[in-house]
Amino acid sequence: MSKTDLIIHDEKDNVAVVVVDKTIKNQECVGWIMENDKTIKIKSINEIPLGHKIALQDFKEGDTILKYGHDIGKVVSPIKKGDHVHVHNVKTKKW
Amino acid sequence: MKTSGSFMGYKRENGRVGVRNHVIILPVDDISNACAEAIGNNIKGTVAIPHSYGRLQFGKDLELFFRTIIGTGKNPNVAAVIVVGIEPKWTKKVVDEIAKTGKPVEGFSIEGLGDIATTMKASKKAQEFVQWASEKQRTECPLSDLWISVKCGESDTTSGLASNPAVGNLMDKLEPHGVHLCFGETSEITGAEIVCAGRAKDESAKKKFLDTWNSYNNFILENKTNDLSESQPTAGNIKGGLTTIEEKAFGNLQKIGKKVKYVDVLGPAEEPSRGSGLYFMDTSSAAAECVTLQAAAGFTVHLFPTGQGNVVGNPIEPVIKLTANPKTAKTMSEHIDLDVSKILKREMNLDEAGDALIDITFKTANGRITCAEALGHREFVITKLYRSA
Repeated sequence: MSKTDLIIHDEKDNVAVVVVDKTIKNQECVGWIMENDKTIKIKSINEIPLGHKIALQDFKEGDTILKYGHDIGKVVSPIKKGDHVHVHNVKTKKW
Repeated sequence: MKTSGSFMGYKRENGRVGVRNHVIILPVDDISNACAEAIGNNIKGTVAIPHSYGRLQFGKDLELFFRTIIGTGKNPNVAAVIVVGIEPKWTKKVVDEIAKTGKPVEGFSIEGLGDIATTMKASKKAQEFVQWASEKQRTECPLSDLWISVKCGESDTTSGLASNPAVGNLMDKLEPHGVHLCFGETSEITGAEIVCAGRAKDESAKKKFLDTWNSYNNFILENKTNDLSESQPTAGNIKGGLTTIEEKAFGNLQKIGKKVKYVDVLGPAEEPSRGSGLYFMDTSSAAAECVTLQAAAGFTVHLFPTGQGNVVGNPIEPVIKLTANPKTAKTMSEHIDLDVSKILKREMNLDEAGDALIDITFKTANGRITCAEALGHREFVITKLYRSA
């Protein structure tokens, strides 16, 4: 098994979770898709801490974030591929 | 799957199988705790289960109280029961219900006699029960005799990433073998309720789930003063990387795996009645309350994934803890029965983690003492629905 920086739960997911202490700017990250045991590569364009999410694609306002294969919220300000996805650019659809 | 398909358990009079052989001293009410504990001190090998309620409760709250106390006595991990209450009437009610299982049970009431004389009488009976129970031998029982409950606590991002999915992997593997399974935590499902409703086996289970969840959610909507973005996820959750309540809920829901569908929705402490398979129980998300309710419904082994390190145990149902947080596994090792943190480094996959969890579940069912048991964690917490009279 190769070393992994990111975990992706489901093939459909458009975000991955950082499982190393943090990613650094312009780091080529290795991601593991648990669902099918595949490996992907993505460049982190910002520092992202352990347990936080990285965008696997570009998002525009109103897009849906998928994790565990499910809708976990809406994008409220544009996100670039490789950037940090969190409360500053994603909100719940619940309230 | 590594299992041999059977485990060594205690076959009870009513056909159910226990993984422990406890003789419990069960107080009917708070003021009988002292007497129950005195009996427990007198007779080695018994366990007294003190609690805070049983006086002046009424209506649905009283019904839940009795269901919890009686269900605890009926659990097959319990070989025999001494019931101690202040008044004879409620003591007898508890004794009569537990007696329906066929196990030895005897009640003692304190009124008109006092603690000391009651302790003397009850201790003699408790000694008789404990010696009788010690003659019981474990016998080989099929996998389908196992009843497993699950609930997570002190969750962090590692819970949704690895330890909860490891529990889900176990469920997907064991459910086809006729095991009874149970998950709960009504409040924590908020955000994933539609997907959870879709995991019902049929329309009636789905409707029951939605009714249960809506009734909880209406209570929240009536009492909230702003939207819950500030409280759910919590500040700690957000710091750890969780962004929305949906994300937190889907992390929690990983515990029920990918395939299993729940056959029915249970009220708190309600015994399953639709055969084997997965059940959803309407419970609080507080660890000790939830495990107490699941044990009272008859579940005999509990799986508890934790992130930051919850230390909960139960007096009659062994609680197996697993974590995927490498720091917790190291700094709180005396509380962790299974470390699955290798998943985060891709040195273990979910299939292997599920197998390792099945292995420790069987060892525990066969008699291995859990961390919580070794450390004396016996949290028995009755869920209270509203204030007493």
